[in-house]
Amino acid sequence: MKKILFISFLAVVIVSCSVDPEIKPAVTAESVKEIIPPGWPTPHYNFNNNPLTLDGFTLGRNLFYDPILSSNNAISCGSCHQQFAAFSNSGHDFSHGINGLLGNRNAPAIQNLNWNPYFMHDGGILNIEVMPLGPITNPVEMNESLSNVIQKLSTSNKYRQLFTKAYGNDTINSQRIFKAIAQFMGTMYSYNSKYDNVKSGKDNFTTQEQSGYNLFVQKCASCHKEPLFSDYNFRNIGLSVNIALHDSGRARITGNPLDKYKFKTPSLRNIEKTAPYMHDGRFYTLDQCLTHYISGIVSSPTLDPQLSSGITMTIQEKNDIIVFLKTLTDTKFLTDYRYSEIH
Amino acid sequence: MKKISILLIILSGLLVSCKKETITPPEPFPTSIVNDTTGFLEIHIGNVVNGAPLSLSTATYVSASNDTFSVDIFKYYISNVKLVSVSGHTYTEAESYYFVNQADPNTLHLMVKKIPSEQYASINFLIGVDSVRNFSGAQSGALDPINDMFWDWNTGYIMAKMEGHSPQSTQLTKKLVYHIGGYGGKFKGIRQVSLSFPNNAIVTKNHTPILSLQADLYKWFISPNFSDFNTASVITGIGNESSAMADNYATMFSVISVTN
Repeated sequence: MKKILFISFLAVVIVSCSVDPEIKPAVTAESVKEIIPPGWPTPHYNFNNNPLTLDGFTLGRNLFYDPILSSNNAISCGSCHQQFAAFSNSGHDFSHGINGLLGNRNAPAIQNLNWNPYFMHDGGILNIEVMPLGPITNPVEMNESLSNVIQKLSTSNKYRQLFTKAYGNDTINSQRIFKAIAQFMGTMYSYNSKYDNVKSGKDNFTTQEQSGYNLFVQKCASCHKEPLFSDYNFRNIGLSVNIALHDSGRARITGNPLDKYKFKTPSLRNIEKTAPYMHDGRFYTLDQCLTHYISGIVSSPTLDPQLSSGITMTIQEKNDIIVFLKTLTDTKFLTDYRYSEIH
Repeated sequence: MKKISILLIILSGLLVSCKKETITPPEPFPTSIVNDTTGFLEIHIGNVVNGAPLSLSTATYVSASNDTFSVDIFKYYISNVKLVSVSGHTYTEAESYYFVNQADPNTLHLMVKKIPSEQYASINFLIGVDSVRNFSGAQSGALDPINDMFWDWNTGYIMAKMEGHSPQSTQLTKKLVYHIGGYGGKFKGIRQVSLSFPNNAIVTKNHTPILSLQADLYKWFISPNFSDFNTASVITGIGNESSAMADNYATMFSVISVTN
């Protein structure tokens, strides 16, 4: 009997493993649209100069998941930006580029990008359209030249068709590639967490979540500003400097010593799923992150003045905040088939 | 009177329809001009080192600091071309972006378009790409990042780029690498150039004058900021060094001739 149970269990496992990816529902034209959730500010990027269409989105989705963008055809954008991890790189402080090479910064989540005034931890990139240029050409990421990418795409029937659908003809150039990827990434909206449902009156916090939220508003929200949970400023939050990396952060972009060791405030949406944390992925748990603010702050000339004596909280308060942070998990976003890999 | 008004109405109708035509997608270059009264100015650029024609990779040159060097890459942007006429009018070319690449002879000939028929006494332009186009999203044509003149770590164009080799380089590979960018803030790579013509350039619908310019790479290392390859073999970020080099290359252009 036990054996039979085991076998039937195995059969279930096998069946679930071999689920045909083709059964994924098709993305509808109506579902590809610009969204500004109620109460959110005006986004920095809109699609006025990049008209959003199902075909543009689909081209972008194909490119995002296609290792053809890398020099050895092995690494795609999706390799390091995984949907179940809110498009961060689960479990990796630094992602693996081609030939196992490691970068020196943690792969950030991709969500609600249109509200980002700038990209990358140091804010060096100012427009979502040119953002993929970095990872595509970086020697330790995808290590590919734009001209090679275009050459490879041009010899692919599939892409000639996808470009024709999206743009009316099969001309393939960097502008078309970038605008299509922007259509895909720019419509990755996360606004259906429990927190959002509570705000719109469709759900209620538990007592502990509510306590955590109140504490969060008091102690964290000046930088992690609602509803996007970031003020998109650059701050030195007192992380000890990793001598091996010697990452000066924002100062690399501005050349200003007053910007040394400052990094962009990340959004906390889906934070439960985006470990490890910080620009260098040094913390693996939310507890470690909050403990840093309580007792780990290293003083330096550019330390954010709000953190000069750390953030005071009891263990109970810390735990309540963590419970609240988990209400920012948006399961609908993490499992939305429109953003999933195309097989 | 009636006849005149009817004629005016018909004429204005024609004008409107002409105007509409000019808005249609970018015309293939350099086909007929829509507006009858405008013409072209052809610019020939000769890149040189201390007066000697620049040949990539093979030739060696001597810098002002007496360092020997060779040049592998020499590229830069020219944008926002303006022409000042003898009567004091300034013509500002729209969509005025030119990518100059020593390795591609086609890029050494620029054609300034839709210039009103006049006599012109001087030219202004930017070395580099104006600030707005640096953060306006994905661009095409001369501004396509495929030209390898767009930073991937920091939004913005490399306004001018020189790579080469010198025994005086501090790099193990003996390389010289200068990627000068920056469009805003304290350190910019964009520089304004103003050049007077020795004789007027006469632009008409049927006549295209040729402006012959020289760009001297030698000037990158002399004045106002003298530099030698041992102190600055590589400049690829934004800072005092990049700004100083931009101040130098701002002086690299001179007019050889205007041929009508």
